[in-house]
Amino acid sequence: MSAEETAKVHEEPPRPARGAISAYFHNLIDLPWNVRDSIIRHGAPTSDRAKSQAVNQNFFLHILSARIHITSLKFWTTMGLGVISLMLFLLLVITGVLLMVYYKPSINQAYDSIKDIVFVVPTGRFMRNIHRWAAHGMVACVILHMARVFYTSAYKRGREFNWVMGMVLFVITLGLSFTGYLLPWDQLAYWAITIGANIAQSPRELTDALGVTAIFDVGGFQKELLLGAHYVGQEALIRFYVLHVMVLPLAAALIIGAHFWRIRKDGGLARPEEPVPSHPPALGPSGKDGGTKTWGLMAVVKGKTGNVGDEMANTIPAYPGALFALAAVAMAATAAMLMLGYYFDAPLTEIANPAVPENPAKAPWYFLGLQEMVSYSAFMGGVGIPAIVVLGLALIPYLDREEEEPGIWFSGPRGRKVALASAVFTTVFTIGLLAFTVKFGWLRNWYPDIDQIMITFFNPGTLIVAVFALWSIVSVKLTNSTRMGAIALFTCFFVAFIILTYFALVHRGPNWDFYWLPSQWPTH
Amino acid sequence: MPGRLEPEPLPRRDFLGLSAIWSAILAFVAAALGAVRLPMPAVFPESNSRVKLGHAERFPRGSATHLSDLRIWVYHDAAGLYALSSVCTHLGCVAGRSKDGTFKCPCHGSVFDVAGKVVAGPAPKRLNPLELSLAPDGQIVVDTRRFTGAESRLKV
Repeated sequence: MSAEETAKVHEEPPRPARGAISAYFHNLIDLPWNVRDSIIRHGAPTSDRAKSQAVNQNFFLHILSARIHITSLKFWTTMGLGVISLMLFLLLVITGVLLMVYYKPSINQAYDSIKDIVFVVPTGRFMRNIHRWAAHGMVACVILHMARVFYTSAYKRGREFNWVMGMVLFVITLGLSFTGYLLPWDQLAYWAITIGANIAQSPRELTDALGVTAIFDVGGFQKELLLGAHYVGQEALIRFYVLHVMVLPLAAALIIGAHFWRIRKDGGLARPEEPVPSHPPALGPSGKDGGTKTWGLMAVVKGKTGNVGDEMANTIPAYPGALFALAAVAMAATAAMLMLGYYFDAPLTEIANPAVPENPAKAPWYFLGLQEMVSYSAFMGGVGIPAIVVLGLALIPYLDREEEEPGIWFSGPRGRKVALASAVFTTVFTIGLLAFTVKFGWLRNWYPDIDQIMITFFNPGTLIVAVFALWSIVSVKLTNSTRMGAIALFTCFFVAFIILTYFALVHRGPNWDFYWLPSQWPTH
Repeated sequence: MPGRLEPEPLPRRDFLGLSAIWSAILAFVAAALGAVRLPMPAVFPESNSRVKLGHAERFPRGSATHLSDLRIWVYHDAAGLYALSSVCTHLGCVAGRSKDGTFKCPCHGSVFDVAGKVVAGPAPKRLNPLELSLAPDGQIVVDTRRFTGAESRLKV
């Protein structure tokens, strides 16, 4: 750089022709446009390149990749369940924060503050209803989403850990629901915490049977940690409140972010390798120059073929197509919650009464299957079997590592057959076992002095788990495929969950006795 | 000593780097453990578990008296007074006493006989008999946290 040029750089910038005051006023006039341009730092996205930029340069949009495969937007690829779950979570955050404005986490005021929210606070009842329906909807969508991911083998090829994160989110969702319905401090709340805390203490059932509780009391430790006392009271309410409004939502938000981010990093949603084109393929880079361009393999790539050239063929820019799809799903979910919240009130039972539980004291639907299990053995039903199921689900991607095309429901006709057979088997077996238990009772009815440890390890719940495990091993053997075994096992648990939930919802009455219909319950 | 051209088994820089990382991890783990210590209460907020129930006349011979606040039933049989906690030993619901004297739990269906022994359902243990004693002023005192034997009676 010559001396002359250097001097030029240090010269003052040319004065604006209008003068600074005039420029100042012009800036004022241009303010709205300049602010907009500073937020969105590119022009209207008209070209494909600009559309990519629109996604990549936006913090919120860059969770999507710039181009989305058209299969990803097909209804049967995801049924939108993940996005609906996310939308319900956002709705829960918004309505939850609003409810926090009036809710008082004190055992003397909690119930009254909920009554205030319902009867006095403007829109309070509506917000609480939305919060409640969105919570139930989220549990349902998360479970269905898990089933969808499982049945389309979307847990393979680098997505193993994302499946595990999904399991963590599933547990957090249940935790959020549980800690949530404790807060009103009504009868449901009080007895749910009581039962929950005692389930946390139920490892004592095992340690007592082994006679080691005095030196190794996991159960007692967990209960004290949850309740902050030996009974359910103010300490417990505050603890559950902190979990519900801070710890669990924060954990959920963090993991949801990572969960979505990984979808993008794994190359978008799982899909079959060669989708049947539903419209003439769009002009990709290989088409633009008349197909004369050739591609070389310049990098180490995953998969068996280079598969060059076709990569872009069936993709569309995420902006705006995918965004419209997301927005449509989110709006539909929100609209559904608003409707439910408008027409159906969230229940509130009587104020907590530590002297008398409701009869029957039923948990919300998603815990009813567990409640049925717990009615066989506290430890196995409340801790053992849930731990086995969650751990088993989390390990699926590591135990079934068969190479196969993802994105195909049930992995094809064979898997559909296995799933159907497993569903029929589970229905017959579970209903048969329930009928047997209702008619003939269980070990204690036959041998009144039987050791508790026998019942802990051999009850209808553990029997179901053992039979399902056996069924899936047989399936692996017969089909010579771990994927088919996984389908068998997952189907067994999924169908059993539905049957147990239905059974406990409809056929369990006062004192957890069997009734054909709730209308037959005895009246006092 | 390894020569300059032979690589050391663990180069000095790697060793220092690994020590730094592991000491940081150790420090975090120790801090996390310390943080978990906080929610574990050192003092439990509870009232006295010993409660005066009044004089023996309140519980005539042959009676079964329900003290719902304490969740107990007090009996008076030929041998004396005894108290039974109606808190289900399964998961802590309060079992209701039927007219025939048996207890049924509304939450998960445990059934206990007149003496509190498990007859059916998931309860792992019998209903807990509670310790009764006499206060210096002659009142009967129950300790809701001290369990005693099923045969124990307070003679009055």
